[in-house]
Amino acid sequence: MTTLDLAEKLKKTPLYDEHVRLGGKMVGFGGWSLPVYYTSILSEHQWTRQSCAIFDVSHLGEIRVQGKGAFEFLQHRLTNDLGKVKPGRILYNLLCNKDGGILDDILVYCESAEDFYLIVNAANIEGDFEALSAAAMPGITLTDQSSRTACIAAQGPKAEAILEALFSFAVKNMPYYSFRQENFLGEPVWISRSGYTGEDGFEIFSSNDLSLKIWHKLLSDGLSLGVLPAGLGARNTLRLEAGNLLCGSDMDSTTTPLEAGLGFAVSFEKAGGFFGSEPLLEQKKNGVTRKIAAFKMLDKRIARDHYKIFGAGQEIGAVTSGSYAPTVAGNIGLGYVAKGFELPGTLIEIEIHGQRVGAQVVKRPFVPSKHKKF
Amino acid sequence: MADTSKLRYTETHEWVHLTGKIARVGITDHAQKEISDIVFIELPKIGRAVKGKDSAMVIESVKAAFDIYAPVAGKIVKINEELSKKPEIVNQSPYENGWLFEIECDDPLEVESLLTEAQYQNAKNTSHH
Repeated sequence: MTTLDLAEKLKKTPLYDEHVRLGGKMVGFGGWSLPVYYTSILSEHQWTRQSCAIFDVSHLGEIRVQGKGAFEFLQHRLTNDLGKVKPGRILYNLLCNKDGGILDDILVYCESAEDFYLIVNAANIEGDFEALSAAAMPGITLTDQSSRTACIAAQGPKAEAILEALFSFAVKNMPYYSFRQENFLGEPVWISRSGYTGEDGFEIFSSNDLSLKIWHKLLSDGLSLGVLPAGLGARNTLRLEAGNLLCGSDMDSTTTPLEAGLGFAVSFEKAGGFFGSEPLLEQKKNGVTRKIAAFKMLDKRIARDHYKIFGAGQEIGAVTSGSYAPTVAGNIGLGYVAKGFELPGTLIEIEIHGQRVGAQVVKRPFVPSKHKKF
Repeated sequence: MADTSKLRYTETHEWVHLTGKIARVGITDHAQKEISDIVFIELPKIGRAVKGKDSAMVIESVKAAFDIYAPVAGKIVKINEELSKKPEIVNQSPYENGWLFEIECDDPLEVESLLTEAQYQNAKNTSHH
């Protein structure tokens, strides 16, 4: 066993003391100290699927993009077509480099054509801000609001009823990937119907101070309604079962959206093109040489990051995420494989501690999504 | 609860209980907590010769894979077969039903050179802060 101890260098969210008080096992993630679990990954995973778990996701970054031409700027700098969303809606989007490699995956909250919030991955806040600033034309204002914005995710089948009961938030009729402003204790909060777990759920953005009060209310009055806290460990097994990619593991600047199976977030049709579109268009024309594949292990071994993947006797790629999956009750993973091996049903092998173990490519998600659809 | 004061320990969080030439090996309560939800255990092969600090087997939890080391030199003579079906026993009972394997020691005195409980507690506390 090895103990990774970087606690002093890690940033703390406004809820840090709460995690420690609850007995959270703190680990480093994207530069932040966050609980990997409070009681156990398995129980927190199952609780999320059955009831309602709350996660501190304050490490996420929030970059506000405002000004005349904000829409056109983001249309050009990001890959997806913002024309698909109206105010109050959210769009999954990608920030790519000039070669079409993925710098970050971003949720774009559209307030108006001149005002957007970008929710970005914790480890990429500075990099994204720089990349966006470098491309912004005069009149566009970029504000990094990350350090003064906290976020709590409430995920699971009971999340809707619990938010309605505890806060009187009108979330019942919110469509998936929409957001609205509400108030709590006289202060504004922004609630979106979104999340990473594959369950129905919400993310509640607020000031740092208010997040503490929201957290306390959820755990005190919410306890009898079915709320428990959950850590990064469960968040990871939940997202993997939901087939969601983790930026930095399942995609990075060396992978393109087409290789990562994120073609749905790339619009070649939008007017004016976008930054990095030429290499991607080229790749679309010629076809990718490797592609992300979801797989299920055929025995009890667990594939972990960087393990080699073999197909037809040849090394064909590597695992990028792998875990025991509690809801699947089996071992699953994601990885890149040479083109042709990504089709569901294909038999592959993963090298685990020097032995090749059988696995089968399957369709994503591993567990059907429970997202609200209107 | 086993009398853990009679056990010997390694810095890698294994415990050893010596009876004659046979050293029974498991992981400490601290280790099972760190590893958390154990979902698969790859036990060593009976008859395999090991040296102290050799990786003897692997414990997989939801979190990660962990190598478990042979504390002393010898031959693996027995494994806890029960764990193939119920690996979570190691979380529930690390010192008793969750033992892992037994080594027939080349030199039973080697066990004496391992950490005492007090030394282990001390080593564990200084590796944290």
